[in-house]
Amino acid sequence: MFGFGILSGLTFLPLVGAALILFVKDGEGSKNTVRWIALWTTLVTLALSFYAWSQFIPGVADFQFVEQRSWFGSGLTYKMGVDGISFPFVVLTAFLTPFCIVASWKSIEVRVREYFIAFLVLETLMIGVFCALDLVLFYLFFEGVLIPMFIIIGVWGGKRRIYASFKFFLYTLVGSLLMLVAIMAMYAQTHTTDITTLLTTHFDPALQKWLWLAFFASFAVKMPMWPVHTWLPDAHVEAPTAGSVILAGILLKMGGYGFIRFSLPMFPDASHYFAPLVFALSVIAIIYTSLVALVQEDIKKLIAYSSVAHMGFVTMGLFAMNQQAVEGAVFQMVSHGLVSGALFLCVGVVYDRLHTREIAAYGGIVEKMPVYAVIFMVFTMANIGLPGTSGFVGEFLTLIGAFKANTWVALFATTGVILSSAYALYLYRRVLFGKLVKPSLQGLTDLSAREFAVLAPLVLLTIWYGVQPNQIIHACSGAVAQLIKNYDAALAVTRTAALSLY
Amino acid sequence: METLHIALTHALPETILAVGVILMVLIGAFRGKADDGPMSEIAVVVLGAALVAIILKTTGSGIVFDNAFIDDRFGDFMKALSLGGSIVTLLMAGDFFRGQGINKFEFPILIVLATLGMLMLISANGLIALYLGLELMSLALYVTAALSRDDARASEAGLKYFVLGALSSGMLLYGASLLYGFSGAVSFAGIAGAIGGHPNMGVIFGMVFLVAGLAFKMSVVPFHMWTPDVYEGAPTPVTAFFASAPKVAAVAIATRVIYTAFPGATLQWQQLVIFMSIASMALGSFAAIRQDNIKRLMAYSSIGHMGFALVGLAAGTAEGVQGVLIYMAIYIVMTLGTFAAILSMRVAGHPVEKISDLSGLAKTNGTMAFFLAMLMVSLSGVPPLAGFFAKWYVFLAAVEAKLFGLAVIGVLLSTVAAFYYWRIIKVMYFDEAAPAFDRPNLTLRAVLAVSTVSMLLYWVYPAPLVQAAEGAAKSLF
Repeated sequence: MFGFGILSGLTFLPLVGAALILFVKDGEGSKNTVRWIALWTTLVTLALSFYAWSQFIPGVADFQFVEQRSWFGSGLTYKMGVDGISFPFVVLTAFLTPFCIVASWKSIEVRVREYFIAFLVLETLMIGVFCALDLVLFYLFFEGVLIPMFIIIGVWGGKRRIYASFKFFLYTLVGSLLMLVAIMAMYAQTHTTDITTLLTTHFDPALQKWLWLAFFASFAVKMPMWPVHTWLPDAHVEAPTAGSVILAGILLKMGGYGFIRFSLPMFPDASHYFAPLVFALSVIAIIYTSLVALVQEDIKKLIAYSSVAHMGFVTMGLFAMNQQAVEGAVFQMVSHGLVSGALFLCVGVVYDRLHTREIAAYGGIVEKMPVYAVIFMVFTMANIGLPGTSGFVGEFLTLIGAFKANTWVALFATTGVILSSAYALYLYRRVLFGKLVKPSLQGLTDLSAREFAVLAPLVLLTIWYGVQPNQIIHACSGAVAQLIKNYDAALAVTRTAALSLY
Repeated sequence: METLHIALTHALPETILAVGVILMVLIGAFRGKADDGPMSEIAVVVLGAALVAIILKTTGSGIVFDNAFIDDRFGDFMKALSLGGSIVTLLMAGDFFRGQGINKFEFPILIVLATLGMLMLISANGLIALYLGLELMSLALYVTAALSRDDARASEAGLKYFVLGALSSGMLLYGASLLYGFSGAVSFAGIAGAIGGHPNMGVIFGMVFLVAGLAFKMSVVPFHMWTPDVYEGAPTPVTAFFASAPKVAAVAIATRVIYTAFPGATLQWQQLVIFMSIASMALGSFAAIRQDNIKRLMAYSSIGHMGFALVGLAAGTAEGVQGVLIYMAIYIVMTLGTFAAILSMRVAGHPVEKISDLSGLAKTNGTMAFFLAMLMVSLSGVPPLAGFFAKWYVFLAAVEAKLFGLAVIGVLLSTVAAFYYWRIIKVMYFDEAAPAFDRPNLTLRAVLAVSTVSMLLYWVYPAPLVQAAEGAAKSLF
């Protein structure tokens, strides 16, 4: 439409909804009108993303739906396109946002209009991140996410929301600005910011190390990797439920996506050089944050630390750089998006009833909320990585891949699986089982129809992808195969060049 | 020897302003009243006519008035910005001065005079024209700073500005005389020719003094000391003026001098500019954190922003100049928008200027809070707002010139700056509500809305500004 393609449509559709909300008149039912507009906008976006999915050719390495137009006169262009690696994230974003809208239906009562506008803008920026095929365009979306997220945490968050929002903002900003300098250095070398061109550019190995480190600064914070993960528990704990869902479901994936899209293919020599560092940090993240999760008193904080651990599997898989590992990492990211998002929604359900996230405030609520207990159990198991749930596939594939690359890494990472079952089941026991003695819990009611409607599709998907992972794996296989082929070829070139020096 | 006709065609905007200001003085004298009456409107028309003359200009570039005056696209770009800044300031000022009872008819005249000075400064092609333009601009500015005579703070600001300004003029003149003595020329091209590729010690001394004098007008560290006090003390519309148009003129002439008079001394001036740039960015970022007066905060912010603009200057390339031009264009829009918001901060008819007065603005005036928040995001350089692209172009030029250290230090310092800009968002959105502001008048609302929307949606259609700046930058080389 108007010369723009489907990806521009997907990206900017939520903005249209946000503009509509702006024009809703204040009055009796305006809050509900705003909610419905937001919901319909996200649903239409979702429908459009499904349509795009039906047109998407899986297993191919090339970029699809590419659109390009001039933007800044020289250098920067407006270029969008997706391949098998980025497209699952586009669909995931479009899929998770309606759930967030519904989950905020009742829990957001103040400044409703601003909230939903912020959320729709956020959706635009997140979809844009995965569609952008121009480095500066990517950076625009990547960094722009900070603005609505800062507002969402800061306005609708918990008690320490200001501290959390500033911590989130400053951590991510420092990292991304270093990446910005690297982007400029790449532009200075090649005079283009077109990602497809840059993917075929071979940078000087010495320069690559610096560029890699700058990109790493940004993505490691976003991911987040140990030791720069400390913003995440704070942000998660203070954010409203839907904010946590988006944070865990999509925002963390931007780091992993950045590694696959930029660090690995553009700086293969540096990636190879720094892989041991990433392995070490990943293993520390998996073991250390799992142990930290064990002692948490706050439900959301526990899930946040478990996210850091699960992202450790992703980074480990990515830098193992073989077909299983990278496919596993992509799958793990999508699966974690669903599962951790769902877990935060589950926490939101009880938080809306009792307004506390203290684990100690709960106990024995299975008697009052049996349906909730079942659903929570499914997601807990998926979080642990039980076979038959989507969590298993990603962890298993990354572990196989890591085993090929480095046995010790796989050995240590596997202990993380054990630890994850420890903290997840421990949480489940303390919240749902035990004697129902606390008077505050006596009046609990089970899931409402709205809450059930939110959680049920996620349960189905978690189990569906647990037994049918091929849909995602096949979608990205072509792009991953090409990534690995180019990576190995680039390393071979450098190696021969180095050998010829002797 | 060109005819007067050709000379005046090239200097048409300046001619319009000069004739206009004389007419305004006469009107003011014959009206015989102390209040401003229609003077602001006349001044806006005069300035607008000059702006139109620049936009519709069909003549090419040229050097007239015996090598003293250069008319090129670089000048046009900067002049348009200065004129725009002056016009918007005048539009915003009227109601404020009437509210304070200091709506003197001299103010619009002084603004036009200062703007005339800026235009001459931007077009200066030699040391003498430079000094003439600079003093015409500065003298008018000194008076406007002290316009509110009965206010001790304003008088202090005016006096401080004058004393320190005189000192800087002295330094500038000393540098100019050294340059003349060692190179035997007053025109920039002549100086460049005399220096060749090997500047001697005398020329370098002269250049340092000259640049120091200009640095004072740009308010970059270490010549920034007057800025916070003057910004805080002067009436707010005057502060808005100081932060916009004169800055553009000072940056323009600094760029022109450095690039056309000292291409042979690149190594020497680059050290100077890099030092001033880093020092300004650092001071602007760290000193602003603890401010509680928003005008003072904007003073440090402007020091920081000049530091960022100098990053582009330091690159020493056409891309660098392009970056500076884009930076100034975007900076002036953001600054004027922010000052429109500051001027709107009135409780029960009285202006307030504490940051805490903005508390909870999102609840009492959501639109204004949103606009100001977006301007803060833009000032901090977070995409997709225009402030990001301003930084992109200057830092890109620095990286292309292999000034990696400068670029890295710059972006890290911009994180520090982001903290205090975003603190204002925090105050407006996260804190409990303070007393609501009065409804601002239409002009202020329009300025705030136009500047914010243009910053917010700059990414939709960015090409014209970039291309205009590219063309303007090329005319310097």
